[in-house]
Order: sequence, then C-alpha cells, then structure tokens
Amino acid sequence: MLARRIGGKLGSLVLTLFLVSLLVFFSRFLVPGDPVSFLLRGRKPSPEAIAAVTEQYGLNLPVWQQYINWLTGILQGDFGRSLQFRQDVSVVVGERLPVTLMLVVMAGLIIGVLGLTSGIIASLNRGRPLDRAILIGLTMLGAIPSFVGAIVLIAIFAVQLGWFPTFGSGEGFADTIYHLTLPSIALALVFVVLVGKVTRSSMVEQLGREHVEVATSRGLRRAVVIRRHVFRNAIGPILTVSGLLVAGLLVASSIVEAAFGVAGIGSLLVQSVDRLDFPVVQAIVLLVVTAFVVVNGIIDVLEPWIDPRSAAGGSAR
Amino acid sequence: MSAPTPTMAVRMMRAPRLKRAASWYTVSLGVLVVMTLAAVFAPFIAPYDPNFVNLSAVYQGPSPAHWLGTDSLGRDTLSRMIFGARTALLGPLLVVVFSTILGILLGLLAGWRGGWIDSVLGRLFDVIFAFPSLLIAIMAVALFGKGLVAPVIAMSIAYAPFVARLTRQLIVSERSRPYVAAYRVQGFSGPWIALRRVLPNVTPIVGAQSTLNFGYVLAELAGLSFLGLGVQAPTADWGAMINEAQAGLTGGYFLPAIVPAVAVVIVVVAVNIIGEELSDRIGGGVPA
Repeated sequence: MLARRIGGKLGSLVLTLFLVSLLVFFSRFLVPGDPVSFLLRGRKPSPEAIAAVTEQYGLNLPVWQQYINWLTGILQGDFGRSLQFRQDVSVVVGERLPVTLMLVVMAGLIIGVLGLTSGIIASLNRGRPLDRAILIGLTMLGAIPSFVGAIVLIAIFAVQLGWFPTFGSGEGFADTIYHLTLPSIALALVFVVLVGKVTRSSMVEQLGREHVEVATSRGLRRAVVIRRHVFRNAIGPILTVSGLLVAGLLVASSIVEAAFGVAGIGSLLVQSVDRLDFPVVQAIVLLVVTAFVVVNGIIDVLEPWIDPRSAAGGSAR
Repeated sequence: MSAPTPTMAVRMMRAPRLKRAASWYTVSLGVLVVMTLAAVFAPFIAPYDPNFVNLSAVYQGPSPAHWLGTDSLGRDTLSRMIFGARTALLGPLLVVVFSTILGILLGLLAGWRGGWIDSVLGRLFDVIFAFPSLLIAIMAVALFGKGLVAPVIAMSIAYAPFVARLTRQLIVSERSRPYVAAYRVQGFSGPWIALRRVLPNVTPIVGAQSTLNFGYVLAELAGLSFLGLGVQAPTADWGAMINEAQAGLTGGYFLPAIVPAVAVVIVVVAVNIIGEELSDRIGGGVPA
C-alpha cells in the first residue's frame, strides 16, 4: 500500500521532470533562425567557436539525438560549457550554489519563525485588534517586493546606521552569515505573508473543530490543546505552502543577489542572460525547477507521516 | 423565486457591510484612478521632460522647482515617476487580460470536454506550475532579448494555468446543474450552451480572482526591469529607476530610489485591496 503510493508519486515526479526537460531543451527552438547564430549571439562567430558549439550541442545530429545526448549528459552532471567563462557549466554553477543555498536557508528560517509565530498569535486572538493588526501588517509586508525591501534595508541598516555591509558575500562561515543577513531579510519579506496567512487560517479552522472543544472540556491545559490538537492538525496546509515557496525563493534570490552583489546562482542567472550565455541559463532553470518538483514530491510522500489522515484518501477530516 | 439575486453590477456597486473595508476600497480605487490618469496624461502633468539631463543639478533634494528632487543625471524624479506609471501599469494590465482570456478558454475546454483533454491539460498545467512566473519571464528574455514584450507574453502563459484551473473547477460544478440539462433537452448544442449560457456565469468570478494577480505581476515586471532585463534605460520605469538609483544609495542619496519604490508599494497595496474586495463581493462558489 505504502510502497505503491510512493511508487505512483515517484512515477508522476519522473514524468513531470521529463516534461520539464523537454520544455527547457526545446525552448531554444522557439527562436527563429539557425541555432549556431542563436547560441553565438553577440560573439564573434569564429570558425573555432562555431565548431565548438556545433560539437557541444551536436547540432549536426537529428533533433531527438541532440535531446538524448543533452539529457544523458545532464544525468551524468555534464551541463555543457559556459560561453562567457569558457568553463564547464557544472563548475561555474557549483561554485555559486552554496551561497544561494545559504541565503535561501536563512530566508527560510526567518519565514518559518516569523510566519508561524505571527500566524499562530493571530489565530489565537482571532477577531481581536491584535489579529487585525497582524493581518494588516502582513498585507503591508506582502506588498514590498524584494528589490524594494533590499534598497530600503541598504539605505537604513547599511548606509545610515552602518551595521551591515552593502555589498558582497563574505569569506568564511560567520562572515557569510553577516553579509547575508540583510539579503535574507529582503528575500523573506514577501514569503512571510504567505506562511503567516496560511498558518492563521489553518489554525482558525482547527480551533473551531469539535475535537478541540472536547480536549478543552477534558480539562487539558490550553497550551497542550493548542500544541497537540490544534497545531498538529493545522500543519498540513502550512507544509504544502512551504513546499511551493522553494522555487519562488530560488528565483527571487536573483533579485536580492543582484541588489546586494552576492555571487550566487541568482546573480549568475541574470548575468548569463545579460551576456547571452544560454547553456548556463538552461542549467539554472533546470536546477530551480527540479528542486521545486523534488521538494514538493518529498512533502507529498512525507505528508502521511505528519498527518496520517491524508493517507486515508485525504478527504477524512 | 423569491427575492431575485441582484445582478453582478449591483453587487459590485453596493456598499459592503464593513465600513472600514469600504473606505480602504475607496481609497485604493482613488489611488488607482490617479495613477492611471497620471500614466495616460503624463506629458501634460509632468513638470519636466523625464529624460532631460541637467548635470549642473544632480542629486538635488526636494525643492519648489523639483518636488521630489533629481537623480544622478539631474533628471526630475517626480516627472520620471509619473512617466514610469505607464510601463508599470500597462505590463500587468496586458498580462492579466491575456492570461485571463487564455486561462478561461483552456479551463472551459478542460472542464466542459473532460476526458483525455482534461488530463492532458491538467498535466501541462502541473508542468507550468513548476516554473515560477519570474523564471519563465527571465527565460523569455534569454531567448528573445530584453524589453517588455517577451516577459509579458511569457508571464501571460505562466499565469494562465491558475485561471484555467479555477475556470475548470467552476465549469465542472456548473455543468451538472439543471439549467444545462434543460438546454440539452431542448436540443441546444453543447458549444452553444458552454459559450453562451455557462461561460457568462463563470467569467465574473474568474475575472475578480484574476485582478488579484495584477499586483504580483506588477512587482515581478518591475523586478525584471530592476535586474536590467525589462524596460531599458533611459525609459522611465519604476524598476529601472531603482536600478539606476542604486549606485547613489551608498552616497546617501536615497530619494531617487525611494520614490519609485514607494510608488510600487502603494500601487501593489491598492490593487490587492481592490482585488480582495472584488472577489469578496462577487465571490460565490470559490472554495478557497
């Protein structure tokens, strides 16, 4: 039963990833004109360059053969060569990935802490002024795009107060955290709202359930009721939304990294678009989308352990 | 039939129960109207040419001559903000309109026909959902070059599945209602019922939900311009203005960056309030 469920999920996940790879690969064919001149836009089409690109993409092979070669390469960690760095894409991206992951993890922690606490506090005070204040505060936060948050944070905390650096990713662990503090806050802002609002509505829904009333009338302490009976039941939707955030965070990091001069894959993506380095763009897009699909797949599979009701078809409440 | 259901227009005009919400809604509508007028009549309202460079008046603070100061090239920030409203509003408007039309058509097809068309479209939507809209927009720029055209088309495609899924859901529940069967019995064709009788019941709800996308799209397109991939300098655009003004931040010149930033936030807040209010009023059958 469980094995079959996981097998089914896995099959659907692989199918989605396969379709994603088709989309990423064949997007190139949407551009009219011949592929060599597309890949070498803005560069001197020297005979060597043409030969290199033709070789790398196997452009003289039939299209399906090109796709299969590309895909097998990727499955072996070969994403081709970057046109701007004259290095393997996997090396270029690999160097930049840790900073972005660090940034995303830090932002994730901020989102988790602020989103959960604001949502829980609001739900426990629903209808009261505190609830309304939190909701208004969240709505305001949600209207601050990351680039606006970034420049406001730079203006106040980096320039005016001088507490944080305005630029760069730092060296070593502690320095990196120091450099990524403002970027991670800017990145987190918009997403705190999503988690906060979902937490609140999910908690409110559970608070109104009969089993909560029963638990309270059994004389359990309120803290225990909230923790064991309300929060545990409310966690499903929160988890689902958190999974959806993964791709959003990775993409929004391109804006934050550009604003703070952080050398991660987000700024690399922007730089590669700017310098017409399509192999790198393809690799990062594939990476972000795969991360999204896999994380959501994992959450999907894990859900029955956290909320056993969803294993029984999901409709039982 | 007792009290007849008021028409959509009446429901939209009618004052909502919450006074507070109403006043915020009115204020937001006002903000949007002012911004739209500013965008349309920018050449008549703006005190200066937005691209007029005056290197002897760079980074000036607010003054009677320049209400919101000047930027690193001595251009009037207020004038640039007013002109910037054009691209800021036009982009999201196009995306919302295109994605709504595309989404409604696809959702209608999936919900009405069902079967394999429904499953194929559902799988396609799942794949598109895995691409965040900003990523699709960035990829479109990588393929077709910088500017607003490629990102607008790309984001219309990125947002269409959200509209389509909602439409499909509404169509499916609508399809089983008695009035559809009644038309069927009378011999009306399926497409006629779908387009002329079912679709009009669904579009207002879908449309209201779509307005909620406007703010997100605005922020994302401005972000794209901030990255230097969207609207290109010297065109006045809020995102591009912030990008250009970033260099001045370390020198303590905040105004040229803060002004467009505040403009973005105000419009996003206003649009979100309007969108939520509209979906609340029209509401009906949207399981959250």
